[in-house]
Amino acid sequence: MEIAISIITGLMIIGALYAIHAKDLLSAVIACGIVGYGLVICFLLLKAPDLAIVQIVVETITLIIMVAVVLDSSREEKFSKPDGQGYISIITSVLLIVVLFYFFKLSVETLDVFGSGTLRMAAPYIEGATDKTGSANLVTGVVFDFRGYDTMGEATVLVTAVLGVLTILRIKGKK
Amino acid sequence: MDPLLGEPAPLRRGARGGLIKQKNEYMKGMTVIVKKTTQLIAGMVFLYGIYVIIHGHLTPGGGFAGGVIMAGSFILLILAFGSDFMHLTKEESGTTMYENLATLVVVFLAASGLLLGTRIFFLNWLPKGTVGQLVSAGMLPLYNIFIGIEVASSILTIFLALVIFKEEISE
Amino acid sequence: MIVYLLCFVLFLTGLYGLITSRNLVKIAISMSVMEFSTFLFFALIGYVDGGVAPIVDPADPAKIYVDPLPQALVLTAIVIGLATTAMMMAIIIRLYRKYGTFDIREIKSLRG
Repeated sequence: MEIAISIITGLMIIGALYAIHAKDLLSAVIACGIVGYGLVICFLLLKAPDLAIVQIVVETITLIIMVAVVLDSSREEKFSKPDGQGYISIITSVLLIVVLFYFFKLSVETLDVFGSGTLRMAAPYIEGATDKTGSANLVTGVVFDFRGYDTMGEATVLVTAVLGVLTILRIKGKK
Repeated sequence: MDPLLGEPAPLRRGARGGLIKQKNEYMKGMTVIVKKTTQLIAGMVFLYGIYVIIHGHLTPGGGFAGGVIMAGSFILLILAFGSDFMHLTKEESGTTMYENLATLVVVFLAASGLLLGTRIFFLNWLPKGTVGQLVSAGMLPLYNIFIGIEVASSILTIFLALVIFKEEISE
Repeated sequence: MIVYLLCFVLFLTGLYGLITSRNLVKIAISMSVMEFSTFLFFALIGYVDGGVAPIVDPADPAKIYVDPLPQALVLTAIVIGLATTAMMMAIIIRLYRKYGTFDIREIKSLRG
């Protein structure tokens, strides 16, 4: 299991690196789809079917919106050599990557081995959810009953995002 | 002066000479094969979304998954038939009404626990029944239905605003 | 442990693309890649060896279930990620309509 997920994550990294350095914007957008659909396979291997359903449909809708934005404009990118300011940003990002990777390696060694239960609240949720909520799907019971505030907050974020998109594009309502 | 929202949009040629295409081809709809297949399939996709929402407490799925599937069926119809399918004009359609109503109903359902005398928000006060039946788990199916309607309307409004309505130029 | 490190390398790839890109669409793609890596990290933490998906079958209860709490947190985060990507695309559309280019250096030197 660990080997399979590592191989798929390696493919996702290659896809992301190609998406950053592509010359054509349409190729970059489609390479972003590699990362999204590889994530669907990772969710299925990690025994999370709810997340796989949501991620595959959301990724398709995101790709449709990005392609609609890119096709409406000029598609080439003026790929010039990095000048002085470009070199500064590359060196800054490499330094940041090295520092962050070192600290992450230090902190992830305190976690348990991949595969054993690492969270402390897992056992009370699994045993108590069926009796206290009465649902057979544990994830739905957790999302709507034990953590109902998060769901209400998510609904608020969606309403705010729709309001923001309509305001930025200045779409008029009915007269 | 706000450079992003404060001035009217310029004409078809950008400030540095970038091209802006005149009229998109995909807005006219697709070929006959795509239209016929969409007529056969779009209703089944919508029904599958309703099935995933209603059985949210028995099988994997729930409110969010069913909501995005329902939005996906509408997006399929609009992309296959072009932008004059549902008489979409340049104005905002009525999808935001469903979204706001569904959010309001969710908040009222959550606050209905307060009316019963207890001081708990989001109380699951309907009878729970036996695990595995369709009518069980208290108020969870009601939450699933209204969150599903809300998510579907939001994603449909975002899609319409970004893909169809963005041709607007003059104020 | 290798899986956690690879997941963080994906996050750092997105960060590298965010800092060094000159094109607005590639900045939006890099932010999306960073969000995907955090979803993968949450799903990796909740995994238990030999566990099944967290759906209880009342006739045949299994012994070990996968942890449902990180999956519940990621479920809302995916839809919120779509909303933020859509808002970034709306801003990109407005910027392109006004300045005619996707390059951030040319937009910075124009100043309305």
